[in-house]
Amino acid sequence: MSYNDWEPVIGLEIHAQLSTQSKMFSPDANQYGDGDNVNVHPVSLGMPGALPVINRKAVELSVRMGLALNCKIRKRSVFARKNYFYPDLPKGYQISQFDEPLCENGFVDYFLEGEIRRVGITRAHMEEDAGKSQHQGEYTLINLNRAGVPLLEIVSEPDIRSPAEAAEYARTVRRILRYLGVCDGNLEEGSLRCDCNVSVRKKGEPKFGTKVELKNINSFRFVEKAIEYEIHRQIDSLESGEKILQETRLYDPAKNRTFAMRSKEEAHDYRYFPDPDILPVRLDDQQIEKIKGELPELPLARAQRFQTEFQLPAYDSFVLTTERALADYFESVARQAQNPKAASNWVMTDLLRELNEARLDIEKSPISSEDLGNLVRMIDSKEISGKMAKDVFMEMWKTSKSPADIVKNLGMSQITDVGAIEKIVDDVMSASAAAVADYRGGKVKLFGFFVGQVMKASKGQANPEMVNQILTSKLKG
Amino acid sequence: MISEKEVTRVAHLARLSLTEDEAKALALQLSSVLKNFDQVSKVDTQGVEPLVTPTEIEQFWRNDAAEVWESVESAMQNAPEAVGNLFKVPPVVG
Amino acid sequence: MNILTSSLKEIRDAVRNRSVSARAVTEAYFGQIEKWNGKLNAYITLNERAVDQAAEIDRRLAKNEDPGALAGVPIAIKDMLCTKGLRTTAGSRILENFIPPFSATVVERLERAGSINPGKTNQDEFAMGSSSETSAFGIGRNPWNLDYVPGGSSGGSAAAVAAGMASASIGTDTGGSIRQPASFCGVVGIKPTYGRVSRYGIVAFASSLDQAGPMTRTVEDAALVLEAISGHDKLDGTTASNPVPKWSEQIRHDLKGIKVGLPKEYFSDTLQDEIRDSVDRAIASVKSAGAEIVEISLPLTEMAVPIYYLIATSEASSNLARYDGVRYGHRADFSRHAAEDLAEFYSRTRGEGFGPEVKRRIILGTYALSSGYYDAYYKKACQVRRLLRDQFQQAFQQCQLIMSPVTASPAFKIGARISDPLQMYLNDIYTTSANLVGIPGMSVPAGFTNDGLPIGVQLLADHFQEQHLFNAGAVIEKDLALKELPNVLQ
Repeated sequence: MSYNDWEPVIGLEIHAQLSTQSKMFSPDANQYGDGDNVNVHPVSLGMPGALPVINRKAVELSVRMGLALNCKIRKRSVFARKNYFYPDLPKGYQISQFDEPLCENGFVDYFLEGEIRRVGITRAHMEEDAGKSQHQGEYTLINLNRAGVPLLEIVSEPDIRSPAEAAEYARTVRRILRYLGVCDGNLEEGSLRCDCNVSVRKKGEPKFGTKVELKNINSFRFVEKAIEYEIHRQIDSLESGEKILQETRLYDPAKNRTFAMRSKEEAHDYRYFPDPDILPVRLDDQQIEKIKGELPELPLARAQRFQTEFQLPAYDSFVLTTERALADYFESVARQAQNPKAASNWVMTDLLRELNEARLDIEKSPISSEDLGNLVRMIDSKEISGKMAKDVFMEMWKTSKSPADIVKNLGMSQITDVGAIEKIVDDVMSASAAAVADYRGGKVKLFGFFVGQVMKASKGQANPEMVNQILTSKLKG
Repeated sequence: MISEKEVTRVAHLARLSLTEDEAKALALQLSSVLKNFDQVSKVDTQGVEPLVTPTEIEQFWRNDAAEVWESVESAMQNAPEAVGNLFKVPPVVG
Repeated sequence: MNILTSSLKEIRDAVRNRSVSARAVTEAYFGQIEKWNGKLNAYITLNERAVDQAAEIDRRLAKNEDPGALAGVPIAIKDMLCTKGLRTTAGSRILENFIPPFSATVVERLERAGSINPGKTNQDEFAMGSSSETSAFGIGRNPWNLDYVPGGSSGGSAAAVAAGMASASIGTDTGGSIRQPASFCGVVGIKPTYGRVSRYGIVAFASSLDQAGPMTRTVEDAALVLEAISGHDKLDGTTASNPVPKWSEQIRHDLKGIKVGLPKEYFSDTLQDEIRDSVDRAIASVKSAGAEIVEISLPLTEMAVPIYYLIATSEASSNLARYDGVRYGHRADFSRHAAEDLAEFYSRTRGEGFGPEVKRRIILGTYALSSGYYDAYYKKACQVRRLLRDQFQQAFQQCQLIMSPVTASPAFKIGARISDPLQMYLNDIYTTSANLVGIPGMSVPAGFTNDGLPIGVQLLADHFQEQHLFNAGAVIEKDLALKELPNVLQ
């Protein structure tokens, strides 16, 4: 897309629900979709005298993500209260972090249009989620199952310059969250939420334009479309001499447009102050180093390794590293097969095709990575032909049996015994004496006919190269 | 020190309805209180880290284990208005 | 023995050796409550299950089971502490019908120790006040003279113990709310080190200042109750993991080698003679037990009240935001004219539910935190708070104990001060520092005014050094224990 002499400036705020068993400050379950107000506790109900106590796992997951985002981890970070009234905010304040967040000054590299690009991370801080309001027209119902669910808010620098960059950055963050087991990244269920700050300015202009915050976007495709729409809306407004209002707008995917929230906007004064119920979060080098030591290889690094170590094309490498489980699966196949390129082909084409059709995750694949590796090996050792392998693969998919068992049970193993093939060739030649005569008379095109007859007689099991060789010599006479 | 208008603005932030008389009285009372309290501005606090928790207390974090709270029903009985197990409030805009 | 005037320890021992049943003890106290609560208004709500609980203690004793360290002792609970199934109001209309679905940790620990809860004691609304006059459930009165305030905010807790309506009680102290009413009613009251006692389930006033503590007839009783309620609580991340000593078993009546500091700033001209005399008596007492008296200086003392009120009201403005009429508590009636918007829904609910003193403090605290004022008020106060703590730390290099008046003047007449908030606030000059600095403080009786109202003296020690308070308190008690009883016990 081109915006003439305008330049968009985009920054993202990603809220990730942390994959913990219990809430940020209380022991009620962090679980989506249970019955009304079932996962609650005096703390998440904001009962008088209830006090927050930090969930250790939530801190560890946040540090893990902060390190993966190349952030500086504060040895002392502070929970602060953000004060405002809203029915789904039980205490009248949200516990968040303000001027001393856990993670600061990081960056994320991502791959787009054949190159590595980088987005700065301003900060990533811990906070608690609010409950849910269900609007019924005449009244509103409040469900507090979600109240107190731990969140990590990841705030990017306004480094992003196109809708495609924004979407790919967001996908990359999601991929990292999932790699680390920090968040399941489910946008539809809201365990990952993405707010986009968008402004435009004339190219070369050092100052930022007035920014608009886009909310309510529940897929990466919509991140791209919402920003695209918003950029054009802002350029159109500016070109017709209007001013951009600093406001929050919601994206409507059905109409593919953004519209201003109609709530009465009033100047917020959140009166942040350090929460006196919670001691500052103190971390020492040893704790941070320990978490760092446990970090898995991250997707981009892994994709780059696949290219150098396995000589895979860039595209294959990125596809195979989108999910940690898929990359693990592939590496296991490649190791078993001793043939990374073939392993990659089988995983990327055959396996992913079947998984997609069956809507299964790689974890649920009926074919184990070991079996798929063995299948590649059997092809390479000429035990079975490539064509047979496709049939064996489908049988593996259906039955989860090992390729060796399938080949044995169905009598599918390749015939590589010279005597056996010679016998079949002899039988075919004596049954088609006329054709043999024609061939020897110069009709060499009949060679294909003989190959077909031999393969048919061997039920496709004869090794094609050996059939070629033996036929050639026998037909010479 | 603090005007009636300011008291009204702050009362709105705090979501407290005040009558005009209350706001007037509060402005007077709080002005004299704040006038007295302004003596803290004389203390030199350059470079002094604010103190929140006055005692040295060892950091304590919960282990991440989910528990079911058995008293949801008695908690809900305190609700001014409810529909089933959900709290009911006037319609919320936006 | 007279059950209504005996110490907690005497009652506990009598119950344990079965010379009196826990049931008989509870019934005796309920007899006194029925007789006097109408006048004193010490209790807001009585616990109808108390006698059954006492009977259960007797059953356990009959079966030779350990009934706990406080078996059968009636300990009243300030209405700031949540009691499961028993109405908890914090003295406020906004919680008029609140039945907590859980109990405060302090309440659970007392139950485990076998004590009986006769009921919930009267207090200033949300503990905001020094006279028990701001309660939404009627003003409390002083058992020594019904025309006088019992002090506050834990006025009901103090009055109940003084009047034989409880053997001991639990109060809360944010800026003197245990020590001042203890002084006014002639009982022992201790505010423990911040972090010693769990705040879980205690209606929060100011989170960095609040501590619950015992109010008792003797110093040893205070130690016994504090032992039962202290210690780390996994539901309160601001409780200390420090071990809880057996203070009651280690009380020494000997203060040799102990230096007692007298901060010169606490003995200004405004101090009333009667108060000065009581402190002098206590000084003579600790001296005769071997303590050395040293003069110390705490120059920031005059800042204590301003920074206390700035911090306490800031925290309170946020702590009280949860009273919004959504999940529990009072909600304005919108059946006749509906709320125009959410803001009106909240404002009417909270405007009706909170009394004038609470509103005043919410406004002050909201203002101190608001944009443009935060640095000058809240943050500045927190900075001065650190300087004040540093001064106390230096003082405790020179002495182990600090002795001072609790208040500049004794209990006052009902209605005498309620109309001037600033004057009311300035009365907290001697008590607020302990909360700001986090150190433990005790009020122990040290005589009477000419009008026959009790006066206490205040003892302060360094963080987690409560033992010094019990030792010096026991010395003063031995010499100066009140020899008279209030009329309600005669």
